Amino acid sequence: MVMTFVFAFIVGGIICAIGQLLMDVGKLTPGHTLSTLVVIGAILDGMGLYEPLINFAGAGATVPITSFGNSLTHGALAEAERHGLVGVLTGMFEVTSSGISAAIVFGFIGALLFKPKGNVD
Amino acid sequence: MEKEQYHQLEQNVTPKPPYFKNVAKAFFVGGLICTIGQAVSLFYIIFFNFTEETAGNPTVATMVFFAMILTGFGLYKKIGQFAGAGSAVPVTGFGNAVISAAIEHRSEGLVLGVGGNIFKLAGSVVLFGVVSAFFVGLIKYILVTLGVVSW
Repeated sequence: MVMTFVFAFIVGGIICAIGQLLMDVGKLTPGHTLSTLVVIGAILDGMGLYEPLINFAGAGATVPITSFGNSLTHGALAEAERHGLVGVLTGMFEVTSSGISAAIVFGFIGALLFKPKGNVD
Repeated sequence: MEKEQYHQLEQNVTPKPPYFKNVAKAFFVGGLICTIGQAVSLFYIIFFNFTEETAGNPTVATMVFFAMILTGFGLYKKIGQFAGAGSAVPVTGFGNAVISAAIEHRSEGLVLGVGGNIFKLAGSVVLFGVVSAFFVGLIKYILVTLGVVSW
């Protein structure tokens, strides 16, 4: 139980450190960095490697943005297995993505509740 | 001055970022956010019968909710100035990008302002996530059809 927290911290930290290296060493903008990580997450799930990472690190793998690529791919693959090629399109948002729906809903509510504070980078 | 030369000069003049310090800060803050996420996951596993794998979805939604509160009070930007990728890479950073764009454009109206700009910053993440998932799915489908791999 305690170890899961340790693994979540380490794995989550490593993914963020990779993001920082892409920004500093690779000279990518934050937008390019996040897009790259999402694509990496999608590819890892395609190779069947992301699920084991979630089992190992829990939120250390589900909280970083890589999990967004993973869950999109996961839905696409699960549906493609059942319904063939068309499933790749129809299944994509099946598992996903509480991240998107939550961001849209809370973004809308936030816009109603809060005043601008110069948050946009 | 040629473009190449200018680029060279720019590289020489720009101070090198403190690589180690930045990576350490990103690791620590990113790790901390994921540890908080793990506590949220555990909450859903214990009280709502989720498994380690399915707990990811409600956890992500809850983390985005936290991001809304922090963004609304202008605190997420302050964390970001310290943590860099440490606060940008977790899903709270994605939430912050969406929510801050929504709040910032509220004055232009709900439809054209909030609706038109909500994905201004985070749109590329959605685009590349969906497109890469499509191609990964397509490639895997072809490989399975050819009998190279199985589902």
